[in-house]
Amino acid sequence: MSDFTMNADHPGLAMDRGVQGVLGAGLDRSEGALKVSGTARYGYEHLVEGEVAYGYLITAPAAKGKVTGIDTDAARALPDVLDIIVDDPRIPRQAAAFGPAHAGNDEIDHWDQVVGVAVATSFEAARAAAKAVRVHVAIEPGHFDTMADIDKASGPPKDSRLQDIAKGDIDAAMAQAAVTIDQVYTTPNHVHAAMEPHASVAIWEGDSLTLHSSLQILKVARPVLAKALGIADDKVRILSPYIGGGFGGKMLGPDAVLAAIAAQKLGRPVKIAMARRQLFHNVYRRTDTNQRIRLAATEDGKLLAVGHDSVVSQGPDGGFMEPVALGSISLYDAPVRHFSHKVVTLDMVMAGAVRAPGEAVGTLALETAMDEMAEALGRDPIDFRKLNEPKVDPMTGAPFSTRGLVACLDRGAEAFGWAKRSAQPGQVREGEWLIGMGVSAAVRINLLVDSEARVTLSPDGRARIETDMTDIGTGSYTILAQIAGEALGLPMERIDVILGDTDLPPGAGSGGSFGAASAGSSVALACEDIVATLAERMGAKAQDMTLKDGHAVAGNRRVPLAELVGDAPLVAMGKISQGSNARTFSQAAHGAQFAEVAVNAVTGEARVRRMLGVFEAGRILNAKLARSQAIGGMIWGIGYALMEEAVLDQRHGQFVNQDLGEYHVPSHADVPPLDVLFLEEIDTHANPIGVKGLGELSISGAGAAVTNAIYNACGVRVRDFPLTLDKILAGLPEM
Amino acid sequence: MKTFTYSRAESPEAAVAAGGRFIAGGTNLLDLMKLQIETPEKLVDISRLDLARVERRGDGGLTIGALVPNSDLAADPQVIADYPVLSRALLAGASGQLRNKATTGGNLLQRTRCPYFYDTAMACNKRDPGAGCSAMDGFNRNLAVLGTSAECIATNPSDMAVALRALDATIVTLTSDGDKRRIAIGDFYRLPGDTPHIETVLRPGELITHVELPAPPAGAQGYRKVRDRASYAFALVSVAGVVAVADGKIVSAALAFGGLAPMPWRDAAVEAALVGQVPNDAVFAAAADALLAGAKGHGANDFKIPLARRTLIATLRTLTGAVA
Amino acid sequence: MHFTINGATHAVEPDIRASLLDVLREHLGLTGTKKGCDHGQCGACTVLVNGRRINACLTLAVMHQDDDILTIEGLGSAEHLHPLQAAFIKHDGYQCGYCTPGQICSAVGMLDEVAKGWPSHVSADLETVTLDGAEISERMSGNLCRCSAYPNIVDAIAEVAGAERA
Repeated sequence: MSDFTMNADHPGLAMDRGVQGVLGAGLDRSEGALKVSGTARYGYEHLVEGEVAYGYLITAPAAKGKVTGIDTDAARALPDVLDIIVDDPRIPRQAAAFGPAHAGNDEIDHWDQVVGVAVATSFEAARAAAKAVRVHVAIEPGHFDTMADIDKASGPPKDSRLQDIAKGDIDAAMAQAAVTIDQVYTTPNHVHAAMEPHASVAIWEGDSLTLHSSLQILKVARPVLAKALGIADDKVRILSPYIGGGFGGKMLGPDAVLAAIAAQKLGRPVKIAMARRQLFHNVYRRTDTNQRIRLAATEDGKLLAVGHDSVVSQGPDGGFMEPVALGSISLYDAPVRHFSHKVVTLDMVMAGAVRAPGEAVGTLALETAMDEMAEALGRDPIDFRKLNEPKVDPMTGAPFSTRGLVACLDRGAEAFGWAKRSAQPGQVREGEWLIGMGVSAAVRINLLVDSEARVTLSPDGRARIETDMTDIGTGSYTILAQIAGEALGLPMERIDVILGDTDLPPGAGSGGSFGAASAGSSVALACEDIVATLAERMGAKAQDMTLKDGHAVAGNRRVPLAELVGDAPLVAMGKISQGSNARTFSQAAHGAQFAEVAVNAVTGEARVRRMLGVFEAGRILNAKLARSQAIGGMIWGIGYALMEEAVLDQRHGQFVNQDLGEYHVPSHADVPPLDVLFLEEIDTHANPIGVKGLGELSISGAGAAVTNAIYNACGVRVRDFPLTLDKILAGLPEM
Repeated sequence: MKTFTYSRAESPEAAVAAGGRFIAGGTNLLDLMKLQIETPEKLVDISRLDLARVERRGDGGLTIGALVPNSDLAADPQVIADYPVLSRALLAGASGQLRNKATTGGNLLQRTRCPYFYDTAMACNKRDPGAGCSAMDGFNRNLAVLGTSAECIATNPSDMAVALRALDATIVTLTSDGDKRRIAIGDFYRLPGDTPHIETVLRPGELITHVELPAPPAGAQGYRKVRDRASYAFALVSVAGVVAVADGKIVSAALAFGGLAPMPWRDAAVEAALVGQVPNDAVFAAAADALLAGAKGHGANDFKIPLARRTLIATLRTLTGAVA
Repeated sequence: MHFTINGATHAVEPDIRASLLDVLREHLGLTGTKKGCDHGQCGACTVLVNGRRINACLTLAVMHQDDDILTIEGLGSAEHLHPLQAAFIKHDGYQCGYCTPGQICSAVGMLDEVAKGWPSHVSADLETVTLDGAEISERMSGNLCRCSAYPNIVDAIAEVAGAERA
C-alpha cells in the first residue's frame, strides 16, 4: 500500500520521471468507440422485458400536507400490473445526497413528492398504473417565497463548507469610500438536466442486492442505499460504469431505493427510470439566490471593501447550503471583507449540489458588480481586476498554492482582441445587432478527497486499474490510464481501467472537481509500489530505471515487463488522503472568461458570437478532454446568463416549466465556436499529481462575461438572471 | 398513457367512417397522451393515406396534402419559389426530427404549450372545461395578449399556421358523413370565449385532407420569429408578412401573428393602416397601434405588447425596404 | 408486427401503447437509442426511419409495420465505425455519451437532407444551401447535449461533410 496524506508535497512520482509520453497528450477518449456505437451500457440498460418488471414512480400533486389516503384500486385493476407499493415505510420522498432522504409517505413536504411505485410487466402498464393511483392530500399552506420568509432565515448550517466571515467594518468602509457599488443580484432555481434520467435496475440474490444505476460517488451511494433499505452496507453492490451526465445530481435517486424495495417484494428484478418531469421535483435543485454585493474603492481603483451577502433557500429535508460566496472570499484584495449567508426553509424539494456550488452563481453577481465598479471608476475591467490582485490569500494570509488569474486575464486579453473593445456601451452596431465584449474572472476552490485504487501488472505485461471511481463524461477512464501509462511505461492499449463498481477499492467518485486529482493521485501512488518492485527486480534504484513501451531499462539492460513480473501479477494499492496542505495553502483554480455578444436592438435577443476561456487548472492530464470540459462549463455559463430558470409558481410550489421544452438549456444554435487556452502550472501543493479541478472552474465567470458583454453591447444592465429578452428589451430605447 | 384500440385506415373515407381519433405524425398527440391530457379510446392511423403530395392547381395555387411532412413542405421547390413565408415559418419551428414527422394537417391542430394545460395537477378550462384557469394569475410569460377570454389565455404554438393565415389558405376536409368541406383559415380557428376546449370548427370525426393555397401573392414575403433560444423553442412573438409596394406605396399587405393569441392572428385594421401609405416608420407604428389596440397583458407576458410592436415594425421595414 | 431494423426483420408483439423507442430498447435490446425526455424535447432517441431522422419516443411502434429502421447499432460497430462515429471520437464530440447515438443518427439524417438541398432557418437563400458551422448548428438543434460538446460535435460533422467550420 502506497499511502500518502497531503500534509506536505509529495517528494516525486515515477509518473513525473515517465517518458512514455501519454500524460497530458490530447488522446481520444478510451471508451469512445463504445459510446459512439451505442454499446456503452448505462444504468437502465440491463435486462429487458420478460426478464424484468417495470416500475414507475407515483407522485403526489401537492407541496405540503397530510396524506389522507392513497387509492390504488383502479391502478391494481389495470392489465399487466404486478403491484402498487405505497405502504412501505422506506419509501423515499426524493433523491438522497450524502444521507438518505426522508422516508415515509404520510406527509407531503414538496411538490410532486414520491409516494410509491407502480410495478407491471411492461413500462406502458406501469406508467398507466402510476397515473391511476389517487393520492388524497389534506393540503396545508406552503412557503415558497424565499425573500418573503427572510425573517425566519437561519445562518449557515454547522457542517457547511462556508461559515459567515467578516473582517473590518463594511458599513463604515462603504460610507467613507469615494466610489461604491451596492447592488442586489438574483439568480433562479436551476436543475441539472443531465440527458440521462436517474434510472436503476435492482436484482436480489438472497439477501444481497445488485444495483445497476447511474451514480456519481459510489462509496457514498452504497451506505446511503443500504441505510435507506435497512440492510448492511456489504449486502449492496452498485455498478455504475457509464453515467449519462451527473453535474452533482446523481447521488442516489428514489428510483434506486424503490427498485430495490419492489424487486425484494416481488422476488424478481425491477427497473425504474424517473420521468423527466419527475426529475424536476424529486432531485435536489440549485437554490435561487438573492445576492447583495458591496464594493468600496478609492478613486484610483483600489478596493477597500468586498461584501457578498446572500439569501438562499432549502427544503425542509435538506442540510446543504449553497456556498454562494465561496469564490468571492479570496478573489480580490481589500482590507474590509464581509461574506454571509442566510438560509430560508421552503416547502420545496431540497437544494443541493449543481455544477460548481457557490461559484457558478456567486460569480454571476460578483463579477457583474466588478464590471459595474470598473465602469464607475472609469477603468478597464481587466486593469481594475489586476489592480486588486492579492499577493496572499486576503482572508487568511495563507500563500496561494498557485495563482494564475492575472496571467489568464493578460493572455486572454491578447488572444481575444480585448483592445478593440469600446469602453463606452452601445458603440458597435451591425444592422439590427449591437455588439459588445465582456470579461470575467473565473475561480473555483480546489479540493482533494480520500481515494483508493488498485493497480495490477499482469504476467502478460498489461496493467489493470481498479477503483469505484466513476466517469460521468469527465474522462476518468482515459486520464487514469494516462497516469498509469506514464508511470509504468505502457502504451494506452495495454492498460485496462475498470470503474464504477463498489466491489472495487473506494475511489473519490465524481463531484466537486476533485475526481481527477484524487483518483489520479491514488493511481499514481499505486504505481509507485509497482515501480519499486520492478526496480528491485532490475537491481536498480527506481530513479535510475526508465520504463517505456512495456520494458524496463536500467544500466545496460532492457527487460520486458512481462519477464520482470513473472508468474504472479504485481498488485499494488494506492491511497491518497487529504491533509494539512489544504490549510497551509490557499488552493483554487483560476481563469479568465471573455465573451462577445450581439444584442438585437429590435427584440432584445442576445446571442453569443464567440467566447474564450483561459484557465490555470494545474497539470492538464489530457489536452483534448480538458478542453471539452472547459467548453462544456462555458456553455453552462451561456445558459445561466441567457435562459436557464426553473420558474417557481409561488401559489402551489411547483416548477412551471418542468420539461426540456420549456426549461431551456442551450441548444446547438445558441453556441458559437469557443476557444480555450490552458496556462499549465503543476500545483504540487494541491496533490501528488499536481492537477486542479477544471469541470467547475469553466462555468465560473462564464455567465458574467456574457452579461457584461450584453451591457457593453447595448448599455442595459440587468441584475436579475437569466437575461431573457424581455428584461433587456425593457431597457432598450424606442425604435 | 391510457390504452386504446388501433386501426389503420386504407382511405380517407374509411378513416372518417372508422370514427376515432386520427393519428398521423403523432408528435403532439402522443406527447399529450403520455401525460393523459389526451385520452383517445380509439386511434385511427391515417399516416399511410395518399395525402402526401404538393400539387399545382390550374389557378396557379397549390394543393397540399394533409400528410405532407413539415420538412417536405418547407423544402418543396414550389413553396420555396412562390410561398417563401411558409418555408420560413416551417423552418423556424420545432426541430429537424419533429418536422420530419409532423404533418401539415397535424400542425394545424397543434394544441397550446401553456404549461398549465400540460400539468394535469393544475386547473385548466381547456383541458377540463369549467375547472378554472391557473395561467391567468400564474406564469403566463408565453401566453396570449390578444383574443383571450376570462376562461383562457392560451396561445396557439404553430409557426406554420401563422404563415398559412397570411397566405389566406383554405382547409379542405372530409366530414364524418363523407362530405367535402372547404374552410377558410380565417374561419377555421375559434377564439376561446367560454369554450376554450373547442379550438376549431372541425366537427367530430372530420378529417383534414388538404390545405389549399391561392395563387402566389404579389410582394415580398417574410417570417420573423422571436424566441428565447436561438432554435428549438416556441415563438414569443412571430410575424408572417406578405407586403407589396408599387410606385412608392404599399398596395397590399397580409400580416399574421404568432405567440400573441389563441389562434394565428390576423387583423384587417393592421392591413388597412398600411395599404395606400408610403412605407415609413410612422405608418408602421400606426399599423402596430391597430394591432395592439385591444392587447391585454397578464403580468409576465406584458412584454409581448412592446415586443410585437417592435417586431412588426422591423418586419415591415424589411418587407418594404424602408430604412429605419 | 414486423419491421426491418438494421437490415434484419424483427417480429415483436409489444403493448399497443409502446413507442418505437421502448420497443427498440426494451424488446429488442437495442439500447444504443437513448431515452432522455420521452417527449421529443431532447433528441437522444433519434433514429432513421425509411432514411429520415425522427424522434423514436414520439411514434408508436405499431405504426411502423414494414418500415426500415436504422439505429446507431446498424450504422457502425465499435470495430467498424461509420465515418461520423469516427469523427465524433476524433473531435471528442461527447462527454457522458448519452446523447451521442442520437446526435450521430441525427447528423446522418441531416446530411442527407442537405444533400437533397433542403434549406434551414439560417439559410440566407432557400434555394441554394451551403453547409457551414451555423447551418450545422441550426440543423442539429433538436439534439440537446447537457455536457455541451456542441462545438466539437459541429467540428466532427463539418469534417465528415467537408464543410467550412466558421
